[in-house]
Amino acid sequence: MISPKRLIQKVVTGLFGHMRHQSRQDQLFNVVGLACTLVGIVTLGALLIDLAVQGLGRIDWQFLTSFPSRHAARAGILSAIVGSMLIMLVTLFTAVPLGVAAAVYLEEYARKNWITTLIEINIANLAGVPSIIYGLMALGLLVYYAGLGQSILAGGLTLAFLILPIVIVATREALRAIPKDIRVGAFALGSTKWQVVRYHLLPYSMGGIATGVIIAMSRAIGETAPLILMGALTFIAFLPPSPVQSDPPFVNAEWLDSPFTVLPIQMFNWVSRPDPAFLRNAAATGLVLIAMTLSMNAVALVVRHRSRRRIHW
Amino acid sequence: MTPVASDMWIRAGKRFLERCIELLLLIAALFSVAITCGIVAILIYESSGFFAHVSLTEFFTDTQWTPLFADAHYGIMSLVAGTLVTTCVALAVALPIGTIVAIYLSEFAPPLFRETVKPILELLTAVPTVVYGYFALLFVAPLLQRIIPGLPTFSMLSAGVVMGIMIIPYVSSLSEDAMRAVPKLLREGSYALGANRLQTSIGVVFPAALSGIGAAYILGISRAIGETMIVAIAAGMQPNLTLDPREPAATITAYIVQVSLGDLPHGSIGYQSIFAAGLVLFCMTLFFNVIGHVLRRRYREAY
Amino acid sequence: MQRRFGLGSVLFAALCLVGCPSSDSGKSPTGGATPSSSATKSSIDLKGLSGTITIDGSSTVYPVAEAVAEEFQNESKGAVRVTVGIKGTGGGFKRFCAGETDISNASRPILKEEMELARSNNVEYIELPICFDALTIAVHPENTWAKTITVEELRRMWEPAAQGTLTRWNQIRPDWPDQEMRLFGAGTDSGTFDYFTEAVVGKAKSCRGDFTASEDDNVLVQGIAGNKYALGFLPYAYYQPNANKLRAVAVDWEKDKEGPVLPSAETVVNGTYNPLSRPLFIYVSKTAAARPEVDKFIEYYLTNVATLATEVKYVPLPSKAYEMALERFHARQTGTGFGGVPEVGLPVEEILKREPKQ
Repeated sequence: MISPKRLIQKVVTGLFGHMRHQSRQDQLFNVVGLACTLVGIVTLGALLIDLAVQGLGRIDWQFLTSFPSRHAARAGILSAIVGSMLIMLVTLFTAVPLGVAAAVYLEEYARKNWITTLIEINIANLAGVPSIIYGLMALGLLVYYAGLGQSILAGGLTLAFLILPIVIVATREALRAIPKDIRVGAFALGSTKWQVVRYHLLPYSMGGIATGVIIAMSRAIGETAPLILMGALTFIAFLPPSPVQSDPPFVNAEWLDSPFTVLPIQMFNWVSRPDPAFLRNAAATGLVLIAMTLSMNAVALVVRHRSRRRIHW
Repeated sequence: MTPVASDMWIRAGKRFLERCIELLLLIAALFSVAITCGIVAILIYESSGFFAHVSLTEFFTDTQWTPLFADAHYGIMSLVAGTLVTTCVALAVALPIGTIVAIYLSEFAPPLFRETVKPILELLTAVPTVVYGYFALLFVAPLLQRIIPGLPTFSMLSAGVVMGIMIIPYVSSLSEDAMRAVPKLLREGSYALGANRLQTSIGVVFPAALSGIGAAYILGISRAIGETMIVAIAAGMQPNLTLDPREPAATITAYIVQVSLGDLPHGSIGYQSIFAAGLVLFCMTLFFNVIGHVLRRRYREAY
Repeated sequence: MQRRFGLGSVLFAALCLVGCPSSDSGKSPTGGATPSSSATKSSIDLKGLSGTITIDGSSTVYPVAEAVAEEFQNESKGAVRVTVGIKGTGGGFKRFCAGETDISNASRPILKEEMELARSNNVEYIELPICFDALTIAVHPENTWAKTITVEELRRMWEPAAQGTLTRWNQIRPDWPDQEMRLFGAGTDSGTFDYFTEAVVGKAKSCRGDFTASEDDNVLVQGIAGNKYALGFLPYAYYQPNANKLRAVAVDWEKDKEGPVLPSAETVVNGTYNPLSRPLFIYVSKTAAARPEVDKFIEYYLTNVATLATEVKYVPLPSKAYEMALERFHARQTGTGFGGVPEVGLPVEEILKREPKQ
């Protein structure tokens, strides 16, 4: 076992060892940079500790597998967990392909004229529209006009539209960061545009795309207001129909049409109840939500790590 | 070499495929335009009912926003002031800290530190905004009250600070990605000329990555303007025409949430006021984005 | 390539696992552990029912709706599914009047615009009050001077003219301290606010603008409990669990000559706590009521909501009122007794005696 003194020595050399031969300016900036990073980490720590103190004890198998109830001790988040997972599935498989495709077009294919400028500004603008307006639009467009009803499909699409600008912007920047040489070289060898994109650009930009997906999905999973507005429920004590069935074709899409609830809505509802036992439930739900986000992002993190290792310029 | 007929077919087939793919990608890009059209359409359609009752002069010059009171006033400036002040406070926190963190992680920190800290910071975006709102109200506000005596429980300052911390990862993660992608050659050239690490970062890497950093800033600003829950919970819900961040105020987004989930009958003028407010917000973000775009065009360097 | 396939299969397996519990559709996994709470009357025959009942509307009425939905679903062993949303009274009515929901939770009576909408969509509704929500005037426990307050004094404190002018306690009553008042209240968009202003100031939504408003009543509790010179109005359901952090002020309504009355379950039920007791409603669509599961649900609702409402800290109506409401439901009397205009201070039996009009 390593002694505490050795451990501290290792950490300090790890963080600051390389500073020994740096100029004064650099040393100073190292400290400033670390301090700023710590602001974020300490706040995160405070938030998590706050939630954990209140809610960690509440998380047990019963909590995770029960339906909502007016008795705080019996209430659980099963329908919310399943709803959140299914919604995120729909959002992921809509926003990512659509966003990456749009970004690839804008960056590689589009001619640099005023229409492209318009679309660029338009996308950046969409990122600033408050989430609740997406909810209002989704209500009119998806729920009523397109007839999707207050279903998981409509909810997933609402969130997909919400996070689309983030994915597009992140992908564009990732593509822009790839030096021109790579494209030029590939064209020189006779590739078509699509081959350049598919075999050269996309692999290198995976890291940046992953960052965009992480930030976008983290935002989507925590959204409350737009989903309430387009018809997510608060009390639902049954699960959507299973996608697997025993007779052919063995999978169905009925779950897309089902009503649902999500974790942030449960939190939002419990946090405003007078009974303090519900506040414990709300804190526990917050922790589960963060854990879910982390596991959802874990894949993207691995993808990003691998992709960045490959960059050699 | 004489071209064989089958070669020509293959090439034509490839070209056709290329065209198809390009079309699919174009449709994807146009989707974002379609979404904007949908949003603008719904905003304009519903606000038209509102503006039939309220004149534009009253809308922009009245100093009170009380559409839910019996004596209704429709001066949007109170909400606009609330939005601008909270956004400025948030950006004053997020932009400097985010940029410094990005430079530090990209240029100074050891690789292991960077790869662990970056996902941890990104976790800040995963915390639901409801939690942030209550954090601002129950934790940050009392803390600030000790530093600034007389600060009320609800204030734009506490909401803005917490919002800024939430936005740090938007700025830092994307900027750091952009800076990491700058070719090593540029850094090595700078070191060869005798610059130290800080000078290289700020003088060479930062300008080279400006496009990505600009995009990160714009996303951060957009997020700050469009944030709903944190301000709804922590800044108080009373529209207040003031530029002093120590006072409580309501933002456009908080007002929209309040009314759309409340007890007003849909279709009444109070309800339609949220679309008018949303339209103003949309134009505000458009304005900032156009400026941002112009600036980025000017200062972009391509490698 | 292979790794991606592996990922896909993991995802698929996860989906299957997720889907599995629902194969016994709708049965609550806590099934074994929920004998129906204390005294719910299971005399209503729930055999052979099936279907889904959609409820949406006010977040104030939500806790009651949740309680009834949960018990009913358990009683029917999951054969009937009940879902509840919290779009707000306005949003709930919009859906209800368009024919999308079966029951609408409302913290205020239906208004003229919504009645129009219902008429144009041929939706007929049965208006049923289900419980009381008492608005409590709360102060800090160390507030020793304001033990009672008259409605007239409240009016002077909260009317629009008081904004900026009436800011100190001694301006209400000279023997109260010369200290600045801190006022707290419900958000300006809620039914609570509407009802309070209607009852106290005499006109709905007519109020001073300089008080601390919050949609979240827990925040109001904190605000009042944190300031010695604070005063606020909040629902009784939020006062009662926090009775150690706040103190209720007895309200004296000159009109009913009862003297100052403190809010409590008894005073609300026997009609002496006025005018700040407000009834909460559900509106049932006549077409929905034709379905057997909805019919039995409303019967279950009206017979059991007295106990269930108390459990979630709301105040039940007097039992006579429930009988009258059940009669109205059985007779399928549609329409509203309020004519699309809100009213305050009416005893519940009065409301139920009125001839409902579409």
